[in-house]
Amino acid sequence: MEVKRDLLYTKEHEWIKIEGKTGIIGITDYAADTLGDITFVELLPEGEKVSQFQRIGTIESVKAASDIYTPLSGKIISVNTKTADSPEIVNSSPYGDGWLIRIEMENPGTEQENLMKPEDYEKYLKTI
Amino acid sequence: MQLIFEKSQPGRTGFKIQNKDVPAKAKLPENLMRKSDIGLPEVSELDVIRHFSGLANMNFCVDTNFYPLGSCTMKYNPKFTEKAAGFEGFSEVHPLLPQLMGGGVLTQGCLEILYNMEKLLNEITGMDAFTMQPLAGAHGELTGAMIIAAYHKNRKNRKRYILVPDSSHGTNPASAAIAGFDVIVIPSDRDGVMDINQYRKHLNEDVAGVMLTCPNTLGIFNPRIKEICEMGHKVDALLYYDGANLNAILGKLRPGDVGFDIVHLNLHKTFATPHGGGGPGAGPVGVKEHLAEFMPISKVVRRADGTFCLDYNYPKSIGYIAPFYGNFGVIVKAYAYILMLGKSGLIDVAEKAVLNANYARAKLTDCYKLPYDRKCMHECVFSAEKQKQNGVSALDIAKYLISRGFHPPTVYFPLIVKEALMIEPTETESKETIDSFIEAMKDAAELAEKNPGIFASMPDNTPVQKPDEVKAARDLDIKWSN
Amino acid sequence: MNYTPHTDEEVKKMLSEIGVGSIGELFSDIPEEMKPASFNIPEGKSEFEVLRHLQDLASKNSVSLTNFIGAGFYSHYIPAAVDAISSLPEFYTAYTPYQAEASQGWLQAIYEYQTAICRLTDMDVSNASLYDGGTALYEACMTAVRTNGRKKILVDAGVNIIYWTMLKCYTSNLSLEMVKIPLKNLRADRESICRHIDDKTSAIILQNPNFFGCIDDFSDIAAHAHKKGAAVIMSVYPISLGALKTPGEMGVDIAVGEGQSMGIPLSFGGPYLGFMAAKKELARKMPGRIIGRTKDRQGKDSYVMTLQAREQHIRREKATSNICSNEALCALRAVAYLSLLGKKGIRDLAFINLDKAAFAKEILEKIPGVLKVGEPPFFNEFPVLLSINADEVVHSMIAKGYIPGLPLGRFYKGMDNHLLVSVTEKRTKEEIVKFAESLEAVLCN
Repeated sequence: MEVKRDLLYTKEHEWIKIEGKTGIIGITDYAADTLGDITFVELLPEGEKVSQFQRIGTIESVKAASDIYTPLSGKIISVNTKTADSPEIVNSSPYGDGWLIRIEMENPGTEQENLMKPEDYEKYLKTI
Repeated sequence: MQLIFEKSQPGRTGFKIQNKDVPAKAKLPENLMRKSDIGLPEVSELDVIRHFSGLANMNFCVDTNFYPLGSCTMKYNPKFTEKAAGFEGFSEVHPLLPQLMGGGVLTQGCLEILYNMEKLLNEITGMDAFTMQPLAGAHGELTGAMIIAAYHKNRKNRKRYILVPDSSHGTNPASAAIAGFDVIVIPSDRDGVMDINQYRKHLNEDVAGVMLTCPNTLGIFNPRIKEICEMGHKVDALLYYDGANLNAILGKLRPGDVGFDIVHLNLHKTFATPHGGGGPGAGPVGVKEHLAEFMPISKVVRRADGTFCLDYNYPKSIGYIAPFYGNFGVIVKAYAYILMLGKSGLIDVAEKAVLNANYARAKLTDCYKLPYDRKCMHECVFSAEKQKQNGVSALDIAKYLISRGFHPPTVYFPLIVKEALMIEPTETESKETIDSFIEAMKDAAELAEKNPGIFASMPDNTPVQKPDEVKAARDLDIKWSN
Repeated sequence: MNYTPHTDEEVKKMLSEIGVGSIGELFSDIPEEMKPASFNIPEGKSEFEVLRHLQDLASKNSVSLTNFIGAGFYSHYIPAAVDAISSLPEFYTAYTPYQAEASQGWLQAIYEYQTAICRLTDMDVSNASLYDGGTALYEACMTAVRTNGRKKILVDAGVNIIYWTMLKCYTSNLSLEMVKIPLKNLRADRESICRHIDDKTSAIILQNPNFFGCIDDFSDIAAHAHKKGAAVIMSVYPISLGALKTPGEMGVDIAVGEGQSMGIPLSFGGPYLGFMAAKKELARKMPGRIIGRTKDRQGKDSYVMTLQAREQHIRREKATSNICSNEALCALRAVAYLSLLGKKGIRDLAFINLDKAAFAKEILEKIPGVLKVGEPPFFNEFPVLLSINADEVVHSMIAKGYIPGLPLGRFYKGMDNHLLVSVTEKRTKEEIVKFAESLEAVLCN
């Protein structure tokens, strides 16, 4: 299972890449693999304000429907519309083209402590 | 096979409406009229009969195949019950008749059936009152959850939670949620029953109810069931019995005797009404006396002169769960079945169901993993874990069984068993049928060992093979367009 | 009589394979004190005796009276071919089509049903059916609520009163506000409805024809609702769509209704058929089963249950609904019925119903004692205002061999003298004339 070094992770298998005040959010390789072939992605719209670990969408596969939660608080500034027509990119490129949501963060400072560093996420994956 | 729409020939008709015999001609304003084309087929009656007969040929069914589907109780549907439900005196009766002044006398037969069913089901389950209104098992669960909510509301207690074991059927938590509850899942212990310590830990004043199946969905009976009910009652939680597995305990145990407050039954399981490809069913709900006031209205009562009528005087009732009295056409079949079997017949059902399941269990333990190595009741759960090591999953085995002419057992349920294969032969199956199924299962296990690659091409003798479910969910072609 | 085939010899063999001495041992986990306190079920009978008992009960119900009652559940002629198809054991003794390869017949039949419903209603997508028109209406509400997150549901008072009662029951534990909007002259009061629709409104529910048989065109209300971001749900009488403007033509978001009139017997209240059809965008939000078309491994067209991830067996407490079964066999009857009637038949049927009802109105209006007939335009049902109490009229008419209609006083304040009369194609001209004569006799005594 690929775990990228420049990201932070949640227990629910979301990742976030912090670029200044912006955060890009997606699901991990492990999550995509467990879900199986993804058939549909539903995401909250641009402009929505979300708080840490609030639900920001649902990903459906043939065998499961999983809610996804934002790793940090912020305002949704863009949504990956490609996932609507080609949900399979979340399987093929969960860290790249299969990104889901971009948020503008308010105060990532303290909230980051609730997230896992790559090494911790790897350890966590071994326990499941 | 072509769709019925594709068989259309412009101008062809399959049915003649009678000639208009009235002089009047309704005149309606243009804006109220349909302008669009009515895209229904234009086919003859023979076209329709051939078409659906052709479709019928592509189905497995109990009348032609063994269906050891765990938790579904696919027993034989006695033919005489179809005859009974088809009597004009049942099928032609308008449901509003008994609600008219002077109308009750027109429906005494129907009302008597509902009344008698209530009495019979009370006696079978040890409850005090039954409603026939819920239209399916899941509907019965919802009714039960709503009665739980009404009970606590009436006592002015705000209780938020319903406890369910992790082996429960998906409809349990789904129904609880619709009734406004949050669900807490209690894990099972090593023996396959609800972990009593975890249960005790989560039982508090905030728990409104506990939903249990008994025997549970693993086919295992929990001998501490009475204690579990008592523990729940101590915190004023109501105990709900999911009757999906009643087939195992008919005449051997009554949920009302061991402490359950509410039960629902599945007439299309235990009481042999046909599954109809997915419905209609019926899910009557029974309660103990202290909950009778919350039951859906109306109730059939017997007057002093022996006639039957509807009683709506239930001010605390949860209301109408269904438009009328339930799926009467289904209820008639179950009623006929109970009368036919009688006391010894019902007890015999449980005995033979449990015998058949244990026989299947005994014959398969040497080739499939039995996660809970103990005797089962009317169904047993195996795991295809051993086979999975060679890349053969429970689903692969299921597809192979189809090519051997058996409907597969339930797969991937309950969720707590990996690669689950849940086998419920039911009591109407003979030893030789079960033997031939066991042979196919043994062949599957052997192939999994010696030739695992063969499963990729299974089933190899059906009209289609492995429809692409991912494509179906992505494309969402759910309506034909020409 | 039992249906268990076991001989004593077989039982012995099986017990020895299991390793127990008796069947009783298999129940040894059940403690003695948990054995049934009683099990006083009468002993079993023969097929002949049971059928005779049931025949006896059936004869205690009266089906020989001439029927003029509807109220959402109608007496239409059911072609024999519909019974023949639904009696095929490969349909009625089959299970839910979870194993696609073993159920292509069922899956294709339901796909055809979904298609037929969409075409009848002019909607984009349909599910595989729900229990009945009332639960379908509730499910439509919840679909709207899930989609727009709002909590207020407006219900036009023309919606079947039985369904209103069911809606109140189902939503009693949910934090939804149900608001009923009174009618004006037995029709939807558009001014009031439009005033009520605001940005807190999740959906407005309408019915066509409404409970009183009145027909309308709700396109204007739908347009207004959409401007405010509310969904429009319409409960429809499927046979009427052979002639009347469809929910699709009106711009409705979700069309639901009772499918009993499409080849399903009245059967004292069930089983019935709830249908649900919606706009494309709502496809993934609809509850219940849905059958999809796809290709199999060899590129052949095939059918599967799809979107199961929404259903209770995967999502459990987060499921779109708790529905497990649909009304498959009833849906089969409906698609067989619609196929037999076809494009022309459904149209002819709708118009003959309209004409018979129009004829009945003319005849009834002439009766002294009948003060008013209907609020035209109507489909095949209309309220009749009588000079005396409708309940008593019903009582007298039953004695004369008629079910004259539904007295409305029980459901509506101030309508004690109103009778809801339904006239379908089954009522001959002679029956209608004689009905009027009997009614006149009752009213003038």
